[in-house]
Amino acid sequence: MDKSAIGRSGQPVTMVVELGKVREFARAIKDDNPIYFDEALAKREAGGVMAPPTFLMTLGFWDDGRGRPKLDMDLRRVLHGEQEFEYHKPIYVGDVLTAVSKIENVFEKAGSRGGTMSFGITATEFRNQRNELVAVSRSTVIETGQVVKKD
Amino acid sequence: MNERKKLYFDDVKQGDEIPAVLVKNLTRTDLVRYAGASGDFNPIHHDQTFAEAAQLPTVFAHGMLNAGFVGRCVTDYVGVQNLRQFKVRFATRVWPGDTITCKGTVTKKYEADGQHFVEGEVQAINQKGEVAIHGSFKAALPTR
Repeated sequence: MDKSAIGRSGQPVTMVVELGKVREFARAIKDDNPIYFDEALAKREAGGVMAPPTFLMTLGFWDDGRGRPKLDMDLRRVLHGEQEFEYHKPIYVGDVLTAVSKIENVFEKAGSRGGTMSFGITATEFRNQRNELVAVSRSTVIETGQVVKKD
Repeated sequence: MNERKKLYFDDVKQGDEIPAVLVKNLTRTDLVRYAGASGDFNPIHHDQTFAEAAQLPTVFAHGMLNAGFVGRCVTDYVGVQNLRQFKVRFATRVWPGDTITCKGTVTKKYEADGQHFVEGEVQAINQKGEVAIHGSFKAALPTR
């Protein structure tokens, strides 16, 4: 485990919140809320078509890899453990977001089936075209003691 | 496609149940659609040969697809524009053919900094009653 990774940042990534992508994403998560599909209703209810709560996961489409600070983990042993989002301001279709990711913490815990598990927490701050902080996403990955296999 | 009912702080009590969202019989096509929509093309979620080489019986759903279903359950209840925090912890995998029920409960209701908050816990549960996702949320609601 590499404690020196704490504080490591990726380069800023720019992401455009596109209407077609929001609708594609909403369909994929089987969410037929008209707030993603009916622009007049969305305007009335929420000020515009908003991104679904987990939409920020699509940041990967805009990142050639330089946005993600390296955790130095063995990918064959890594699981996505937790994902968290804080929403500070609404995210609307048409917004241009800039995301900066930083490794917030790296730590170890004893695993329930023996061995040690390493945890890495990466926080990504999203700011809009007015430089307002709109959201923070926080991803926890776990490196298990052995290659991840069948449950 | 129906407009969601507007939720007011005044009408929420601690212990209230959050209406369930049911996803029946998840298919491999659903997984492929989510791969395309999210950009997560880890072959473990769409490639049978790859899954077998990893000693799995078949492909399994992206954790964030299941989280998307849980997110829908939450936003159907509180409204997308009112959500302030959403958190998921992945517990067990979801497989093609599984039926997932997302449901939850309001755990807390309070005022702070002139805003009206509710917090709740939500889960995604498979047809065997196993929890695939433990989730929680916080929302700031309008008052009547």
